[in-house]
Amino acid sequence: MSPSVRLQEMIRVIRGARTQGEERGVIQRECAAIRAQFRQADNGTRSHNLAKLLYVHMLGYPAHFGQMECVRLIASPRYNEKRVGYLGAMMLLDEKQDASLLITNSIKNDLSHSSQYVQSLALCTLGCMGSAEMCRDLAPEIDRLLRASNSYIKKKAALCAVHIVRKVPELGELFTPASRSLLSEKNHGVLHGAVVLITELCERNPETLEQFRKAVPELVQIMKGLVMSGYSPEHNVAGISDPFLQVRILRLLRILGRNNETASDAVNDLLAQVATNTDSSKTAGSAVLYETVLTVMDIKSESGLRVLAVNILGRFLLNNDRNIRYISMTSLQKIVQTDHNAVQRHRGTIVDCLKDQDASVKRRALELSLALVSAVNIRSLMKELLLFLSSCPPELRAHTTSGIFNAAERYAPSQRWHIDTILHVLTTAGGDVRDETVPNLIQLITTATELHCYTVHKLYRALIADISVQSLVQVACWCIGEYGDLLLRGECEETEPVQVAEDDVLDALETVLQSHMSSPATRGFALTATMKLSTRITHNVDRIRSIVSIYGSCIDVELQQRAVEYNALFKKYDHMRAAVLERMPVIDKSSPGHTNGESAGGSIKEMEPTKRTQEVVLPQEPANQVCDLLDLLGGSGEPPQPSPALSTTALGPVSSTAGGDLLDLLGGLDAPLDHVTRPGKTLGPNYRLFMTFVSHSYPPQSVQLQMKAPSGDVIPAHGLGQVTQTVLLNNPNKVSLKMRVRVCYTSQDFVCQDTVQIDSFPSPAW
Amino acid sequence: MLRFLLLFSRQGKLRLQKWFTPVTEREKKKVIREMTLMVLARPPCSCNFLHWRDLKIVYKRYASLYFCCGLEDQDNELLTLEVLHRYVELLDKYFGNVCELDIIFNFEKAYFILDEFLMGGEILETSKTAVGIAMEEAETLQETMEEYMSKPTY
Repeated sequence: MSPSVRLQEMIRVIRGARTQGEERGVIQRECAAIRAQFRQADNGTRSHNLAKLLYVHMLGYPAHFGQMECVRLIASPRYNEKRVGYLGAMMLLDEKQDASLLITNSIKNDLSHSSQYVQSLALCTLGCMGSAEMCRDLAPEIDRLLRASNSYIKKKAALCAVHIVRKVPELGELFTPASRSLLSEKNHGVLHGAVVLITELCERNPETLEQFRKAVPELVQIMKGLVMSGYSPEHNVAGISDPFLQVRILRLLRILGRNNETASDAVNDLLAQVATNTDSSKTAGSAVLYETVLTVMDIKSESGLRVLAVNILGRFLLNNDRNIRYISMTSLQKIVQTDHNAVQRHRGTIVDCLKDQDASVKRRALELSLALVSAVNIRSLMKELLLFLSSCPPELRAHTTSGIFNAAERYAPSQRWHIDTILHVLTTAGGDVRDETVPNLIQLITTATELHCYTVHKLYRALIADISVQSLVQVACWCIGEYGDLLLRGECEETEPVQVAEDDVLDALETVLQSHMSSPATRGFALTATMKLSTRITHNVDRIRSIVSIYGSCIDVELQQRAVEYNALFKKYDHMRAAVLERMPVIDKSSPGHTNGESAGGSIKEMEPTKRTQEVVLPQEPANQVCDLLDLLGGSGEPPQPSPALSTTALGPVSSTAGGDLLDLLGGLDAPLDHVTRPGKTLGPNYRLFMTFVSHSYPPQSVQLQMKAPSGDVIPAHGLGQVTQTVLLNNPNKVSLKMRVRVCYTSQDFVCQDTVQIDSFPSPAW
Repeated sequence: MLRFLLLFSRQGKLRLQKWFTPVTEREKKKVIREMTLMVLARPPCSCNFLHWRDLKIVYKRYASLYFCCGLEDQDNELLTLEVLHRYVELLDKYFGNVCELDIIFNFEKAYFILDEFLMGGEILETSKTAVGIAMEEAETLQETMEEYMSKPTY
């Protein structure tokens, strides 16, 4: 009887056990027998006993006493014993066990064994559980095997080298030369191993990466061979020749082409070829296409290729196979930041995937939808998201609510929409929202001053419908307390009027106070709201007084303290009650990232009301006294066009009077003050700031002023240029001059103004 | 690279475990339990990919056995489905119409086949036939040895 039947017999017996206890008994007996056998001398059954032990170990029972047996079996000269011994070593020993060091010598000997199958056992074990010391010891051996052996051993040595490099990265340099030469092998197994090894080396060492960039043409050749080759029965999977190798080569090309123009250029053609020629009807082809898309997006590929890649992902999105839809959404998530518009085109399909049955697909669709929210699509997308929220699986709810809130904060088209959205979320999934939602919502409500009436009506209706959602109840109580007078007034422009009596409101708040569902924080809100109403209602103040005094003896300390203080407010400090409980001012939002239309440009200084002289717009002078200034739109020497409708004017002559130089001027004048307005020219994206010049100068009344054209009408940002505008002043009375200059300009579509006062002119001015 | 490969039945019994990184016994048990729970809870027509801790989990059901493996971030999930399929094909070729019982009673052979196909979490051999050939030759070597051993030694 062949001894291995005994193993199968044991397995049969164990499986036949009807209860856990019975099984444990059988196993204990067997383990005892095995231990006894191990202590005996060699009797030819050692390997079978170890195999039995390994089975027991897989069932979850302790098997550490087999470790030494593994070591002994590995050292045995017999192949079958070695085989089981090595298997045992991989299952029972790992680098943390001391016994693992004992097999180092055996492995070393077996690496030079005459039989390749023994060598392969040693390589396999080393590559599976070799510790750092073992790797250091045996690395030269592995290098030797990489160079001079048959392909069966070479492929195993390559992956063993990968393990060594992962454990001891410094040894990577040892394997670099050998791995380069492996690329010329024909055997696919060896080639695959070589590509994996090179990938590992390049990922860990940037210099090696540089070196291997020179191998890109060779890799491209290999890949082309695979793609264009005919049918090979050995490697064909669903029409693709060796998809495993293809995917690994694409991954290596990705690493080599990243951030490098030359390498990326070299693979552009190949990627286009693979993308178009690969048949993606089966998983194997889709896997290759997927890897191609990842590579295209990661390297510096040309834009046509990128478009092709995004289109492939779009095609995947429409695939019937769920796996492929999932994959496509994962990839789109990675590129949504960089190629936002391309992904936006597929928004419809992505939103449809929100309704998929599968939880993984739903999650991906949610992430992607949240990433695609923009100011343009916020309304329609939010509708879909809210619909999704009502039916979404519980593990995704918290994420959905926080995503919705973020999107609403960034892109809300109006405050009313924002408030409505938050209220909708609170009613649908109020239990899953973040803690800061309540204060955030309250802050939002206070800023939307026109909507106070609408908000409080809406919240009141929600409150009387359902008091179980704590966050909603808290906000509702706060609002009713704060804006109760608006509620009681009855009319509201934005919603249908409803008559609410004071008693109804107090009833609602009392229900919240007394309900078991209300948390202590919520009851605190309700009590404070009740108190606030005492200054906002007219008839039922006594009722409030009684509620407050009841809670003065409440068990909850917080409530009790509040009630006692409010009581005191009624009794001793009644004169202060109105002041204490009056409407709160708008709360300042201090959190960063709040936008909605804040200007990105510089600060806008406020215009102080100044004592200014009127702007004097005098009629134009006749044409023959044109100045050579004022080429508004570039053409000099043009006659001035007297038309008040136009925004350009002409200047009068410059007559010289006494008055000398003021600010670099050329004498006085009696020309009219002119008012120069120019439309700003929009320049390209290089300029951040562009200005329209409107300069007003306000000198004292007796002085006359002539403004010349500015030297340009756009000032580039960051102080890269300047514009000069000359002003001529006629000061016949020689008064001391003060001037206030106002500059109006447009910066990125916001009109700004700046005022400068010039008090001191150079003394020869008058 | 693959971090681990597990085979378990519909009742959650482990049939094969291969770990490609050093993991303590306790951690192994924890992972096995969590994988079993997660995978067995999935409805029939769902996606084969999951996310767990920082790993991607790919699983596929073949008859009564679930094949489940954990991948790192840069690994290609679709390709891993092909890897699992290839392993099943290899088992099928070796055992001839493989079923769960074959793997239970000949678990060491299943391991040997796996070791010819994957190593260190990476694919070792991409050819369909090479693994089978290697197994045959190793068996021949083993039988020769056993025959030799069972002869009386005088």
